[in-house]
Amino acid sequence: MSHTEDDPSTRRDFLYYATGGVGAVVTGAAVWPLVNQMNPSADVVAASKLRVEVDGIELGTQLTVLFLGKPVFIRRRTQIEIEDSEAVALEELVDTDAQNPNLPDGAEATNLNRTMPNFAGENTGEWLVMIGVCTHLGCIPLNEAGDYTVDGVGGWFCPCHGSHYDTAGRIRRGPAPENLWIPVAQFVDESTIVLG
Amino acid sequence: MSGIPHDHYEPKSNSEKWLHSRLPIIELLYNTLMIPTPKNLNWMWIWGIVLAFALVLQIVTGVILAMHYVPNADLAFASIEQIMRNVNSGWAIRYIHMNGASLFFVAVYAHIFRGLYYGSYKAPREVTWIIGILIYLMMMATAFMGYVLPWGQMSFWGATVITGLFGAIPLVGDAIQTWLLGGPSVDNATLNRFLSLHFLLPFVIAGLVIVHIWAFHTTGNGNPAGVEVRRTSRKEADADTLPFWPYFVIKDLFALAVVLVAFFAVVGFMPNFLGHPDNYIEANPLITPAEIVPEWYFLPFYAILRAFDGEVWVVIWASWLTGGIVDAKLFGVLAMFGSIVVLALVPWLDTSSVRSGRYRPSFKWWFWLLGFDFMVLMWSGARPIEGIYPYIALVATSYWFAYFLIILPLLGIFEKPLPTPATIEEDFNAHYGKPGADGQAAASPAE
Repeated sequence: MSHTEDDPSTRRDFLYYATGGVGAVVTGAAVWPLVNQMNPSADVVAASKLRVEVDGIELGTQLTVLFLGKPVFIRRRTQIEIEDSEAVALEELVDTDAQNPNLPDGAEATNLNRTMPNFAGENTGEWLVMIGVCTHLGCIPLNEAGDYTVDGVGGWFCPCHGSHYDTAGRIRRGPAPENLWIPVAQFVDESTIVLG
Repeated sequence: MSGIPHDHYEPKSNSEKWLHSRLPIIELLYNTLMIPTPKNLNWMWIWGIVLAFALVLQIVTGVILAMHYVPNADLAFASIEQIMRNVNSGWAIRYIHMNGASLFFVAVYAHIFRGLYYGSYKAPREVTWIIGILIYLMMMATAFMGYVLPWGQMSFWGATVITGLFGAIPLVGDAIQTWLLGGPSVDNATLNRFLSLHFLLPFVIAGLVIVHIWAFHTTGNGNPAGVEVRRTSRKEADADTLPFWPYFVIKDLFALAVVLVAFFAVVGFMPNFLGHPDNYIEANPLITPAEIVPEWYFLPFYAILRAFDGEVWVVIWASWLTGGIVDAKLFGVLAMFGSIVVLALVPWLDTSSVRSGRYRPSFKWWFWLLGFDFMVLMWSGARPIEGIYPYIALVATSYWFAYFLIILPLLGIFEKPLPTPATIEEDFNAHYGKPGADGQAAASPAE
């Protein structure tokens, strides 16, 4: 056997690395479907839009609908709630991001950046639509509960680990890091919201 | 196997010789079963057998349950009731499987704390210890996924909270969480894959158990005195040990019988005592139970997970240091996994040259405080996060980490240990009397 130290790049080395490289690619190609099959299947991905009739929602009440396996809170806020969340300065907030994908990135968590405009395009602060999932570990916050309820209306409290959200669904106290998320949503006529 | 001088297997009959020259399996079984075992082992050395029994019990009852269970979000809950009401003896098999998980964890905690007290993790048994921690992690994953299968409220919300932990990972957390769940939330896809993995992992555990046994059969068993079996001559080895069969097998089986009396009392008379009543309500993604409480054996780590909020100074400090990447949520998750990582690293954190806690006067106190601390964590994990409870959980969490990261490394330097016995024989005679001294305590090895 001749082991030549002065000729490092032999045909054998080339074959060795080529075989190794092809082997790695083939292994990766074979393993990827086995990993990717755990991602959401086509039927799960397809169920990603929902129409909701909202004309039955009274002032100061909340409709909860199931969207993508998670509850969405559609709340029609009273003047008390609107004024209360308007009065909160940004410095008092834990999370100053509006968490609203309907607005440009980095929008501040002001009262009106949390709510959605009606069909006429006016944002009166009346319609607050949020994904009802605590941003801590995914429990469902209870409404009309917690330290930030005003006169018995508004505010959310997560019973799992004690996160308190204010009348605009903004995290104020407890372990949750972010405001309740807002889904992509809009009015498509006077009384219908489309989620997603 | 163990390098301790002992009898070797000699094939006698022609058929044994025929097999032996082709597959020396009888020799393997003989050496495993007849391994010289330190004769001073006390009653804390019985949990291995209890654990082996619990694993077999869970696999047998689990395979049977899988014959009747339906892994579908619409049918799973009803199929459990079908097992409870209609399947012949289904109620007994399910109650045994449910409480079998608790038996498994009682035994594993006793086994782990035994190891912590007697320094079982110290050289040369680090690999045995690490494999043991891996088995424990697999047990937790298996138990967690098994608890999801009945598709009750606690199943559903426990799964939501625990898979939510992965969402805390920076950047890729959401993608990983969706990948684990197979959708935006816990649903049918999640249930199906959890059944598949719940069925698979016990066999992985069984494989790791074989490696665990292989590792300590290579180093030899530890023992309460913490001194090694003498390997210099056959005579000395015989003075320190007895063969595993029959001496320790019979002792362990007796202990197992006692443990099983308690186990079957629970299964028979209070089968739901350790469970949560909310799990008899079918899963509902629109209603979170008033409190999500995991099974008792997860409570200590659940308490650690919840102990940190944004007002704790280490969290503020970590958040500042990482530019906000580590928030209170991620910190809690890191603390929970970290609490098991420090357990795995204990062979290198404990600097004392004395193995057994019996000869370490100050270690003893810190150890028992750790045992108490574990109970406090378990208790506070089941309390709501309000009033004084979060502070208690935080103090208890701090002690858990302090024990492993500060106390154990420093004790080895500052503690003055008591004299240890020179040999296992000496320790045995001091405890059980010299062989033949009163004619009763003679525990001579069978010749």
